[in-house]
Amino acid sequence: MEDHNHQTLPSDLTLRVKALESLLVEKGLVDPAALDALVDTYEHKIGPRNGGRVVARAWVDPAYKKRLLQDATAAIAELGYTGAQGEHMVVVENESSVHNLVVCTLCSCYPWPVLGLPPVWYKSAPYRSRAVIDPRGVLAEFGLELPQDVEIRVWDSTAEIRYLVLPERPAGSEKMTEQELAALVTRDAMIGVARL
Amino acid sequence: MNGVHDMGGMHGLGRIEYEKNEPVFHAPWEARTYALTRAMAAWRKWNIDAARHQRELLPAEDYLRMSYYESWLERLVQIMVKSGLVTRAEIETGKPAPGAPKATPPLTADMVPGTVRRGAAASRDVAAAARFKVDQKVRALNFHPSGHTRLPRYVRGKTGTIVRNHGVFVFPDTNAHFLGEKPQHLYSVRFAARELWGAQAAPRDAVYVDLFEDYLEPI
Repeated sequence: MEDHNHQTLPSDLTLRVKALESLLVEKGLVDPAALDALVDTYEHKIGPRNGGRVVARAWVDPAYKKRLLQDATAAIAELGYTGAQGEHMVVVENESSVHNLVVCTLCSCYPWPVLGLPPVWYKSAPYRSRAVIDPRGVLAEFGLELPQDVEIRVWDSTAEIRYLVLPERPAGSEKMTEQELAALVTRDAMIGVARL
Repeated sequence: MNGVHDMGGMHGLGRIEYEKNEPVFHAPWEARTYALTRAMAAWRKWNIDAARHQRELLPAEDYLRMSYYESWLERLVQIMVKSGLVTRAEIETGKPAPGAPKATPPLTADMVPGTVRRGAAASRDVAAAARFKVDQKVRALNFHPSGHTRLPRYVRGKTGTIVRNHGVFVFPDTNAHFLGEKPQHLYSVRFAARELWGAQAAPRDAVYVDLFEDYLEPI
């Protein structure tokens, strides 16, 4: 995205969005304080830490993990994470012989309540186009080389189901508390482009 | 529609650009565009499928050239004008049309936490018999509607296996065009990577795609 000959200049976009917001406020169509609240929610309150807590709970509590794999929406709601773009959740579990990878080839579907808003690369044409045809090549670009005998399952989010990968608990983490474990879990591992 | 948005399996779209410690928004205008889009959706003049379709309607060269939130901004303007919430002249002048009544925003700051927490379920509690069973072999239809669809091109005509019935959901192909929700069963369908991509794919790999009943036929 370095080619500014073809990209709209950011200063133009700043002006256009300011003009649009003031028009919509003047027409009484939006409340500017609601905009502030929405931005604050996704910048500060909702993000991959939520998903990390879900994963850590599943690692330490087998009964929770069972519920999570059976009805992820309800199990994730137990920890207080619900709502927009997480209304219908499915959790897919990594094993030594199975690796899961999540994509949305048609747009940018992503489980907001547990991961926040998606990073640019997840929404980009290179990732969306290649994750389904060449998952091993994509993972290699992220530094993850998987042996041929590991089965890769790619989940294309084509409807309203949102996917979260349950990574394997890292070796050597047996003595860690649930809170310490949650801090180990990365966004990328919960999308499936990394292992822990 | 067979648009450039339906890019699963395409080559030549470049390297994946990874940014370490990426911020949620890269500039205030991105954050405002996101929030404006959410706040304007509260008018309920369109639905999520119509909004997705509006982004697909961007000219292909714009879709590939624009940054993500620039395409959101473009989509928001188009769908607001189409729905009559604003006029093209108002967008161009930045001023409300003379004599236009002042509205009351349907989403206020105090409502934001509840709105975010509740979301909007796409499942529907209607009785419908499921046409397909788990483990059944199915074929994705080879059809090419010019309107909105969530059946990606790369699975059309391909054979897969039902692995899960998610329940009854709103059908995007009609809902996006305000032709009704047509609720129907939604399935997770497993396609062997080799069925989709041939011998170049690893033998055990698979792609799982969520497909509506209307996209599938029994074998």
